[in-house]
Amino acid sequence: MDFDWAVIVKNREVLWDGMKLSLKLFGIALAGGIFFGTLLAMARLSSWKILSMPATGFVNLIRSIPFIMAIFWFYFLTPMLVQKLTGQQGEAVGPMTSAIVAFIMVESAYYSEIIRAGIQSIPRGQPWAAYALGMNYWQAMGTVVLPQAFRNMTPIMLTQAIILFQDTSLVYVVGLKDFLGAASKGGQLTGRIVELYVFVAFVYFLICFGASYLVKRLNEKIAVIR
Amino acid sequence: MTYLGWLASGTMWTLLVSICAWVIAFTLGSVLGVIRTTPLRIPRAIATAYVEVFRNIPLLVQMFLWYFVMPEVVPERVGLYLKQELPNLVELPFAQFSMWEFTAAVLCLGTYTASRVAEQVRAGILALPRGQTNAGLAMGFTLPQVYQFVLLPMGYRLIIPPMTSEFLTIFKNSSTALTIGILELTAQSRQISEYTFKTFEAFTAATLIYVVITLTVIYLMRWLEGRLAVPGYISQAAGGH
Amino acid sequence: MNATAPAAGPMIQIKDVSKWYGTFQVLTDCTTSVAKGEVVVVCGPSGSGKSTLIKAVNALEPFQKGEIYVDGAPVHDPKTNLSKLRSRIGMVFQNFELFPHMKIRENLTIGQMKVLGRSREQATEHGLKYLDRVGLIAQKDKYPGQLSGGQQQRVAIARALSMDPIAMLFDEPTSALDPEMINEVLDVMVGLAKEGMTMMCVTHEMGFARTVANRVIFMDRGSIVEDCTKDEFFNTQRSERAQQFLSKILHH
Repeated sequence: MDFDWAVIVKNREVLWDGMKLSLKLFGIALAGGIFFGTLLAMARLSSWKILSMPATGFVNLIRSIPFIMAIFWFYFLTPMLVQKLTGQQGEAVGPMTSAIVAFIMVESAYYSEIIRAGIQSIPRGQPWAAYALGMNYWQAMGTVVLPQAFRNMTPIMLTQAIILFQDTSLVYVVGLKDFLGAASKGGQLTGRIVELYVFVAFVYFLICFGASYLVKRLNEKIAVIR
Repeated sequence: MTYLGWLASGTMWTLLVSICAWVIAFTLGSVLGVIRTTPLRIPRAIATAYVEVFRNIPLLVQMFLWYFVMPEVVPERVGLYLKQELPNLVELPFAQFSMWEFTAAVLCLGTYTASRVAEQVRAGILALPRGQTNAGLAMGFTLPQVYQFVLLPMGYRLIIPPMTSEFLTIFKNSSTALTIGILELTAQSRQISEYTFKTFEAFTAATLIYVVITLTVIYLMRWLEGRLAVPGYISQAAGGH
Repeated sequence: MNATAPAAGPMIQIKDVSKWYGTFQVLTDCTTSVAKGEVVVVCGPSGSGKSTLIKAVNALEPFQKGEIYVDGAPVHDPKTNLSKLRSRIGMVFQNFELFPHMKIRENLTIGQMKVLGRSREQATEHGLKYLDRVGLIAQKDKYPGQLSGGQQQRVAIARALSMDPIAMLFDEPTSALDPEMINEVLDVMVGLAKEGMTMMCVTHEMGFARTVANRVIFMDRGSIVEDCTKDEFFNTQRSERAQQFLSKILHH
């Protein structure tokens, strides 16, 4: 039971590359997830069945299956879809792109629920007042409803972001070398999986605990303002 | 074995891993959640530390910690037992993995979900008005009796909806076990797609099974909520004066 | 300003009790007593600490300074068995606080069985006797949520009485009730007082005070400002603060 903690330092380049990939995936999935999640939420709340039903179906489906299953869906089918559409053979879409598409799709489903709740928490009088002033749907949403909804939902959205950061580790299942994947590879090469995995757990803990602490402080500040 | 058989065995392992893990999660989580509402300082600190550690490390990382790291940091005798003797203890049916993988997966999933259950239980107890605790104490109940007769019966009823969500989540999170070799449903669907190249069909079949599981759980929990409903209580739809 | 205690030791004795929430002082050197069979009404504006004081009597609110004795037992002493002490004092709360998941009959029996150790038959017989006293025997198999506020509060009183308390504490028992239900509860309380129960009531119902109270205590900002007999309180000139309060209350 002897531990060689220096292996962490020796592998710092690989680990840092992995972390960069994790962060990159996190950032893109967060932005895409919020953007498409907002569109999905609006579609779900729309009075046009042709919009609300597929949106609701999509969101409920994604939320009923494991994240890994959803990743597999998009990871294996995105290239096939692109091939069918563009008629190209071979590696039209790489693993990273497929993973990004997968993450954006899944996160948008989860974010759409949060944003939908946020929109529904705004009193009905607000959009009515906007319409009464002569605004159209997009203006009312963009200038009155969504800003308020986002402000109300910020704490929950931040918490979901922390969960998203943790979920990026799941790209392991499609072979991408994120932070965890890098440690795994390093562990196989050096035989020092214990030290590396403990390090990964520790770093994740620091980042997530620190982030949730900041979110808690932010909540307290917002509560005071309200 | 036919591919349908593969799906069936995958489903079986998904259900087994999830339910065993839920037993751990529910009992451990309840204890931790209750402790966090008591005035006992040190147990409360320990319970809080537990929750913070388990919810700030990704589930996949925890899975690796249990499977790769845990046997190395426990006493050597225990580590060897886990890796060598446990697999030979029981021959698992329809599985290309051993009792050790199953144990690691269940322990990981159970302890992780326990931290989330703890939060729900705590929220449920804290949602009850302070007056209920006071009424119990004023009658002469000791604090444990207040929990037993007043807080827990109502607290658990309040949290059936969020608990449903946790129960569903455990079925979904069970797929993480495929990384240590458990051939649960997601893993089997991948296997089938690799053998038959019928990726779409394989994934659809697995997806349908997950949807059925989800709907069954939701239906069961709604039935449970109805059975346990307290007539006239404000959070119920029916009843009242 | 204090009423003199009767020859036998007072049932409830409060001596120099002070309480702080952090740096904020909610009770300041409160001293008073309630003799056996006495009915004392505690009134005052909100925030005066009257609720806190009455909850200190059965140790629901701990206090940092002072002493409280109930039938000789020291409430402030860490060695006192609080469970036993509280089982001898009945308390009725503003929000009734019946246990919603138990039927009425169970609400009445649970304390008797689990704290006093009575058998289910004994407890049921005893509890239903008091339920009948408050006129609600027909509701014994209902759940609290199915009763009106006034009915719930009467059940709460019956629940407290089934424990055979030596004294009853009331914390604004009618403040959460719709006006038409206040009298049914007050009638029960008047009946209790006439039977000689020792009672300490925090209430705004001055009609009740005039009918059955022996003494009235007026509190303001954590201190006892007035502590005199009912007649003195209502009929003679009291402190300005008490006058102000009375004039606001009695306008209804």
